Amino acid sequence: MGRRIDDATMDNVELLAKLTLGQEEREKVRGELEQILDYVEKLNELDTEAVEPLVHILDEVNVFREDIETNGDGREEALANAPRSKDGQYMVPKTF
Amino acid sequence: MAKQYETVIGLEVHVELATATKIFCGCSTKFGGRPNTHTCPVCTGMPGSLPVLNQKVVEYALKLGLALNCEINRYCQFDRKNYFYPDNPQNYQISQLYLPICHDGYLEIDVSGEKKKIRIHEMHMEEDAGKLIHDEWEDCSLVDYNRSGVPLLEIVSEPDMRTAEEVIAYLEKLRMLCRYLGVSDCKLQEGSMRADVNLSVREAGSRGLGTRTEMKNLNSFKAITHAIEGERERQIELLADHRQVVQETRRWDDNKEASYGMRSKEDAKDYRYFPDPDLQPVVISDEWLKKLRGEQPEFQEERRERFQKAYGLSEYDAGILTQSRHLADLFETVADLSGFPKKTANWLMVEGLRILKEKGQEPEELSFTPKHLAELIQAVERGEINHANARLVFEQILDADVEPLHFMEEQGMRMVSDDGALAAAVEETLCENPKVVEEYRSGKEKVFGFLVGQVMKKMMGKADPGRVNELLKKRL
Repeated sequence: MGRRIDDATMDNVELLAKLTLGQEEREKVRGELEQILDYVEKLNELDTEAVEPLVHILDEVNVFREDIETNGDGREEALANAPRSKDGQYMVPKTF
Repeated sequence: MAKQYETVIGLEVHVELATATKIFCGCSTKFGGRPNTHTCPVCTGMPGSLPVLNQKVVEYALKLGLALNCEINRYCQFDRKNYFYPDNPQNYQISQLYLPICHDGYLEIDVSGEKKKIRIHEMHMEEDAGKLIHDEWEDCSLVDYNRSGVPLLEIVSEPDMRTAEEVIAYLEKLRMLCRYLGVSDCKLQEGSMRADVNLSVREAGSRGLGTRTEMKNLNSFKAITHAIEGERERQIELLADHRQVVQETRRWDDNKEASYGMRSKEDAKDYRYFPDPDLQPVVISDEWLKKLRGEQPEFQEERRERFQKAYGLSEYDAGILTQSRHLADLFETVADLSGFPKKTANWLMVEGLRILKEKGQEPEELSFTPKHLAELIQAVERGEINHANARLVFEQILDADVEPLHFMEEQGMRMVSDDGALAAAVEETLCENPKVVEEYRSGKEKVFGFLVGQVMKKMMGKADPGRVNELLKKRL
């Protein structure tokens, strides 16, 4: 145990998550992330040398649908969840 | 002496597939619908919704992969590419990184008679993102998810191209293959084919690769050519000045005809890919591949050769007609129906392509009934219509798919080949112009044209001039 997440990594995680954390929040999140890493670290105690990487937990493959239109116009239902909308479109902060 | 530089170019091409529905849900893929009317919980990224793969997307990917001489990953899987941007409602794009469906293929291009193989690094299936419109009035962005979840194939080449001409040849060939296969209509303007250009320069003769930039937002062959030339100059100037090329993404501005570096923050490439647990792996069997191989169409090279042999066309004509599968199909049907393959080739190439060029359209947009053109060609060959009028009828067939025989009748363009009426007109003309007849008989051959004119006038222009000449000569 005792894996430390350094400041540079915390900066990068904030950037990728598009979040700006206050000092107190940041320390809390750092502690939680460290706990997660420790938990996952346990797996390294096992010898997985001869184990094929698992792609999917189910054995089923080739689950397909046919190329047939089954959906109608779901606009109003979906837009009902949007905080702001205009002319049938979702309104979001200006993004380039 | 100034240093010589070589340009090294690789392409990432996105092709929107011509399926009826999206890759993971049953929403329509039609272009141009009212905003957000082709959406559902899956393609708007609602929690708890479950994507199910459209089988046709896999088949289209395999068909193009086979045409590009690729190895097929018999066991492939989808991965999540994580990034936050409002055009992407799930906050990840479903794509393929670890096990893409196809890899290690090649496409052969032909630039001014020289053949060259461009290697394909890999090709994968993924979903398209929504569209953002910037609303100046409200100072916000508006999002339309109709395009979200439309299936894409991304085809990644090796850095094997050296000039803009090679890049255009590669794109044209790829577009032709997609259209022959019917997997995509590949319209650059509508965004159903998009190319990102990775470009670096290096001193001629050097083996290593220079630092590359990636250019986006190129939506015409002209923009691609200009962007390549501009970026080559920019990088050479930097290097000649002993400055560094910065690895970055640059956005092409079509109005300003220049590219601009995007802020590096947007360019932070850390997508934390991992296998998508919502989607089961795809296993491609021998039988499936065999079936698809059997369904591959006759591609341009074979078809060109067959057209030369079966219809007696020149290599050039056969080459032009087979540039587009649709044009080649039209030619073949009309040639067989009319029985005049060379005339059919001439009509389609000379008149047809001229009209398309004037309208700024592509051969794919020709939508007339082949039988109509066949009937017109037969009428011309029977001498029932003169060439000038036939061109007018041809335009009407292209514009409004008119029935040529009916239209000729209606417009009074049909020439009379009925010798009875024509013979009567010749007799009348001779009786009415005894003096002219006398002059001709005494050796003044110039007046012959006048007599032909008089006969044509009586026939209201609807007589075959060759036949008129023949009958007049016989009677004089």
